[in-house]
Amino acid sequence: MLDERWDVVVVGGGHAGAEAAAAAARCGARTLLLTHRIETIGEMSCNPAVGGIGKGHLVREVDALDGIIARAADAAGIHFKLLNRSKGPAVRGPRAQADRALFRTAVQALLRATPGLEMRGEPVEDLILGGDGAVAGVVTAAGKRIGAGAVVITTGTFLRGEIHIGDRRTPAGRVGEAPAIGLALTLERLGLPLARLKTGTPPRLDGRTIDWAALEPQHGDDPPEPLSWMTERITNRQVACAITYTNAATHELIRANLHHSAVYGGGISGVGPRYCPSIEDKVVRFADKMRHQIFLEREGLDDDTVYPNGISTSLAEPVQAAVVASLPGLERAVILRPGYAIEYDHVDPRALRPTLEVRAAPRLFLAGQINGTTGYEEAAAQGVMAGVNAAARAGGTAAPDRVLSRGEAYIGVLVDDLVLQGVTEPYRMLTARSEHRLALRADNAGLRLTETGIAWGCVGAERAAAHRTFAATVAEAEARARQDQATPTAFAAAGAPVNHDGRRRSAFEALGLPGLPEDGVATLFPWLRDLPPRVLAELRARALYAPYVERQAAELRVLEREERLPIPDDLDFAAIPGLSLEMRQRLDRARPATLGSAGRLAGVTPAAIAALAVHLRTREPRFT
Amino acid sequence: MPVQAESGAPVSAADTIFALASGAGRAAIAVMRLSGPGAGAVLTALAGRLPTPRMASLRRLRDPRDGDLLDEALVLWMPGPASYTGEDSAELHLHGGRAVVAAVADALVAAGARPAEPGEFTRRAFLHGRLDLTAAEGIADLIEAETAAQRRQALRQAGGALGTLYAGWAEQLTRLLARQEAFIEFEEEDLPDDLDARVAEEAAGLRAEMAAHLADGARSERLREGLCFAILGAPNVGKSSLLNALAGREAAIVSARAGTTRDVVEVVLDLGGVPVTLADTAGLRESADEIEQEGIRRALRRAEEAEMVIAVFAADAPPDPATLALLGPETLVVVNKCDLAPAPSAIADRVPLAVAARTGAGLEALRARLAEAAALRAGLTAAAGLTRPRHAPQAAGHGDARGAAGPGDARRGRDRAAAGR
Repeated sequence: MLDERWDVVVVGGGHAGAEAAAAAARCGARTLLLTHRIETIGEMSCNPAVGGIGKGHLVREVDALDGIIARAADAAGIHFKLLNRSKGPAVRGPRAQADRALFRTAVQALLRATPGLEMRGEPVEDLILGGDGAVAGVVTAAGKRIGAGAVVITTGTFLRGEIHIGDRRTPAGRVGEAPAIGLALTLERLGLPLARLKTGTPPRLDGRTIDWAALEPQHGDDPPEPLSWMTERITNRQVACAITYTNAATHELIRANLHHSAVYGGGISGVGPRYCPSIEDKVVRFADKMRHQIFLEREGLDDDTVYPNGISTSLAEPVQAAVVASLPGLERAVILRPGYAIEYDHVDPRALRPTLEVRAAPRLFLAGQINGTTGYEEAAAQGVMAGVNAAARAGGTAAPDRVLSRGEAYIGVLVDDLVLQGVTEPYRMLTARSEHRLALRADNAGLRLTETGIAWGCVGAERAAAHRTFAATVAEAEARARQDQATPTAFAAAGAPVNHDGRRRSAFEALGLPGLPEDGVATLFPWLRDLPPRVLAELRARALYAPYVERQAAELRVLEREERLPIPDDLDFAAIPGLSLEMRQRLDRARPATLGSAGRLAGVTPAAIAALAVHLRTREPRFT
Repeated sequence: MPVQAESGAPVSAADTIFALASGAGRAAIAVMRLSGPGAGAVLTALAGRLPTPRMASLRRLRDPRDGDLLDEALVLWMPGPASYTGEDSAELHLHGGRAVVAAVADALVAAGARPAEPGEFTRRAFLHGRLDLTAAEGIADLIEAETAAQRRQALRQAGGALGTLYAGWAEQLTRLLARQEAFIEFEEEDLPDDLDARVAEEAAGLRAEMAAHLADGARSERLREGLCFAILGAPNVGKSSLLNALAGREAAIVSARAGTTRDVVEVVLDLGGVPVTLADTAGLRESADEIEQEGIRRALRRAEEAEMVIAVFAADAPPDPATLALLGPETLVVVNKCDLAPAPSAIADRVPLAVAARTGAGLEALRARLAEAAALRAGLTAAAGLTRPRHAPQAAGHGDARGAAGPGDARRGRDRAAAGR
């Protein structure tokens, strides 16, 4: 007996949960979001910032699918910076520090404004399984049975979460909040492979006790560049942050007290995030480094809390106090809340299909940190994909998979890496993870993905219209730029010397020439001046990367033939002649969805791929 | 006419692959297979115009770069889809010498083809729907055999000096790539300001090193199949005992009766990282035995083909005139059985290396001399060379990418070029 029934139920209200619920609802599914406490929906558990290099790319992609994280960050942003500004456009990453309270408010407001979406503060303890092994709903802590066409679990670090400060341990999902034990047991019962990971957060400081005058200030960009393509401009007051550095005394203190650290004292077995190490890790691993940089970031406009970015720690509280006091400008700083490490269960994401659906439990989706990732952006990206697919699944059994490829999006890279390779440490996005990073820029996310999002039904009318106008303008401008030409003499006259080979060069080529001054190009082709800045920026980036992207596209086409060949979910790798035991194990663990993804698996040989290809061919019904 | 794939999209000629279909090593005929959308263009580049489909034609193969004659070969042209892979395909039936095969492979790379991965012909056949059930079933075994051979070869190479050189490069590239990626990914970290410049400088150095190595060409192509040293000598001077002592196992049958080794017995030794095939041959003497005569003929042929000849004499007998007649400037003269009689101080004006296979005396010195000779002949005294055509396009790709870009593999190198503008 069910107490009520929804199309999609999302468990968890963090960045993955909020995004999943919003995406499912945008796709037209009646969606219920259930979480421990409704007030903490959209909470930033760790650093008060969104975006960065690789992460900013993910944010823009979620935004291109009409997600909420970028809009919330724009509404809450108090310090914006485009990272890698001096490098090429492909690796520039937008980042915003947000007012923690404003961010939470913005997320909740965006969710409330989404038709078909309801939110409740009711913890979920168990899943309802149908007769066919598929998930059919959830059971709340109060015993209420809620039916669902699909369930998305986004419980972050809450699965058997345990907080460590020095040698003190407290079961918790986040400081002051209870962990999810019942769900962990349910997932275990479903036979999902669980493992421990850890992450950490720095102590929070009272900004009124920091000697700001003694510190080097760091200002954001002026004007700030919004994260969302739909944001016209940033209206919040902008604030500076400050930089301080650790020193020999700090390092000495940490070394002398390592045995009081949960990680080095042996209290934690989980593997931590390589790219966001604790200060203990940094001092031990980079022993020859004389100092480490710490950014002091304000958590809000009306909040004196300061987040010291760079000293995540699980040292005992008195040691944390001494470490903070050893830093210039923080001699008298008061710790409002100690830093801690948190250990939690995650599910081996190789148990998931490329739609983030659990292979062994149809209609159950997992998204976010539960899949072994770290970061709000990675969570949001999985959330939107799980939400879109959950909505499709709830609508009917024959729904096609909604998947982005590695060549289309960082989201595709993220999901493919997770479900194919699994994780050995919390997974963080880096531009280096993409083999197509020249094509996957943060600033062309809309052109890459919004049309797909429209087809999936997760993009609203307003964005769809804006996108199509923009795409048409870009196409038109590119066509004109490729046609409009000038002679080498004209180039030279404009202060842009090229070879005097008599060959006329197009405006498009001119835009891609390194070292050609902007006004030079504009003198040659004055109409470029009249283009909207976004359109011109897009043209420039395309022109710059055109030769490389064309080569890459040719390589991609060759690969695609194999990429598209599906491997059935139920294929028995043991039945394939010519596969060694090792190859069988590797393939079985990852269960690649296509021949192409099988080829990307670490350690799988070309010969094994050939044997697999032959086998797939012979399985097919033959009509010849 | 531009090359078109089935989808209608243009593909690069690099999608055209080749491989030796016959076994590696010496044989009368070596069959080189070629498949891919550019097979016709590649074949034309080497053999002139295309022959009539599926008709064997005799053609002169020339190097497309300089027109040098490579071989006179039987050429088969099988346009797709009626070919094994379903793609345009060709077969070149070459004279089976190592030098010929290597030169043709090199020319194929120059014409834009690339060496096939193991099982790649089969995979393509499958992708074009050219495999039927029986064929498919038989092919798994084939692939396994192919892989096993590949593995053995890889292992042999991995142990050698070339492997060490490449591993060193790979490590250096990984380090450079890591630093370059750190420069891109972690702008907010407190990294050295000149990180980018330092990476570029080191990459340029490595690039120069690789370019020098490439210029080296096929010098040590022979490393892959190894060198061959032939042991010659009169019957019963203890050639087989010497081989066994060097190999550390009973490779050749040893007996006191002269003429025991009637054919060529070979063992592969690892001499200072170079695989060396040591060939023990039948004793040189007039013989009425037909089989032994054939053995001697083979021994002489082996000696001609070998990179070095080891002439063995016995300390307890006068130097054998037949062996003396074969001494060349590169021949290593060894006197065996020094435990039975003192070695002569000179044989044909050379100072012989005195050994006793039975007791092991002098073997270390002999081994050292052989290793030295092997290193010299494989070109390892300077640096390890390229052993297979497969290495050349890859190393060339790196050079190209870094020329434009800086460190990293070709793909990332290109990325970086534009990313880090």
